[in-house]
Amino acid sequence: MEQTTNQLQEQFQQRVDEEQKIEPRDWMPEKYRQTLIRQISQHAHSEIIGMLPEGNWITRAPSLRRKAILLAKVQDEAGHGLYLYSAAETLGISRDEMYEQLHSGKAKYSSIFNYPTLSWADMGAIGWLVDGAAILNQIPLCRPSFGPYARAMVRVCKEESFHQRQGFECLLQLSKGSEVQRQMCQDAINRWWWPSLMMFGPKDDESPNSKLSMQWKIKRFTNDELRQKFVDMIAEQIKLLGMVLPDPDLKWNEQTKHYDYGAINWEEFKQVIQGNGPCNKERLEARKKAWADGAWVRDAATAHAAKQANKKAKANSLTKETQQP
Amino acid sequence: MRLIIQKYLYGDYGDGHAGGLEKASNQDQQKEWPLWEVFIRSKQGLDHKHAGSLHAADAIMALENARDVYTRRNEGMSIWVVESKHIHASDPDAAAEFFEPANDKIYRHPSFYDLPDSLKHM
Repeated sequence: MEQTTNQLQEQFQQRVDEEQKIEPRDWMPEKYRQTLIRQISQHAHSEIIGMLPEGNWITRAPSLRRKAILLAKVQDEAGHGLYLYSAAETLGISRDEMYEQLHSGKAKYSSIFNYPTLSWADMGAIGWLVDGAAILNQIPLCRPSFGPYARAMVRVCKEESFHQRQGFECLLQLSKGSEVQRQMCQDAINRWWWPSLMMFGPKDDESPNSKLSMQWKIKRFTNDELRQKFVDMIAEQIKLLGMVLPDPDLKWNEQTKHYDYGAINWEEFKQVIQGNGPCNKERLEARKKAWADGAWVRDAATAHAAKQANKKAKANSLTKETQQP
Repeated sequence: MRLIIQKYLYGDYGDGHAGGLEKASNQDQQKEWPLWEVFIRSKQGLDHKHAGSLHAADAIMALENARDVYTRRNEGMSIWVVESKHIHASDPDAAAEFFEPANDKIYRHPSFYDLPDSLKHM
């Protein structure tokens, strides 16, 4: 039976509307494939680059307990990157192509990781605010229409909750500490609050890809909906820390039953995405250096595998020869 | 018009495709480690279940990487890895015909048989 592209497209949309999952070998519109490759690989890159600002503090964690926690968290991020890269690969892009796109600057990653981590309190603020924002973005992604992405995200979300909790606990401890520690805590919150709000992406009326992504059920809530949810959540949680959010316009709105918040500096967002954030260059260079420095290890492992396989083949043929009557 | 649809697989390269790897062009990309599919038994008595995939130079590295990537929180007590290119899969476009023989054999289900209510233990 012959099918036209239109028919295929209709069937595809019908399946998506019925909440059936699309699997890698199913027919899908080319734009759907490209959108997913872009989104999943960007997400994977964000996990990998996301290790850098925190890795910075592993050797300087204030206690063995904190060090072990931070190590485990950074290791999780590597794992999340790997889940997501292999989900993206099912769409027909190779791992090395994705690395190449990251290293050349063609592919983006979350702009939040282009900010520096200046004090230990930043580890707490990242866990609480950055991972908190990431979780809100990620929970709806556990049921996107594309099967491998959904399965990878279920794993990611299961592990992410510890990241947020350890972050809040870290800040809670600082908030009960000395005056200097309390200042450090407030300073970290001040610096991470606005960039965290930007993590939800541009405002709805300026987010051109959203409509199609919603239709394809890659996306289920709009950027502004998720951002509002985040503000409502954090505005309450911060009371437990006895700290304040750096927004004079933040206040409860009895009518909407949500917190109102001040204007986001979208120019800053644009600048950071375009590569002009405080650490864009440093992050990408660290990543490229790690990849280049690891080349001999990858080559050695390949050579070792080939040698072992060769040895085994020889041993097998020898056994066969001696078995000949 | 029959479209020629390029399909990429979840590791299952059996019908002649090599996923993204085939497209690798420059020499550096050809050095990419092979892709492996990972199956994990979460506890004794259960089947090994597909968990995902990863790249590794050989089987030992694939097992160790699978442990680090997929079982950081005791999700498994046994792991299988198989190079993705060895997996063969049925064709989703032919799924209707392929699985059709089961459709009209409703007598395979116990509910097909109309028996008196008074019949016990059946």
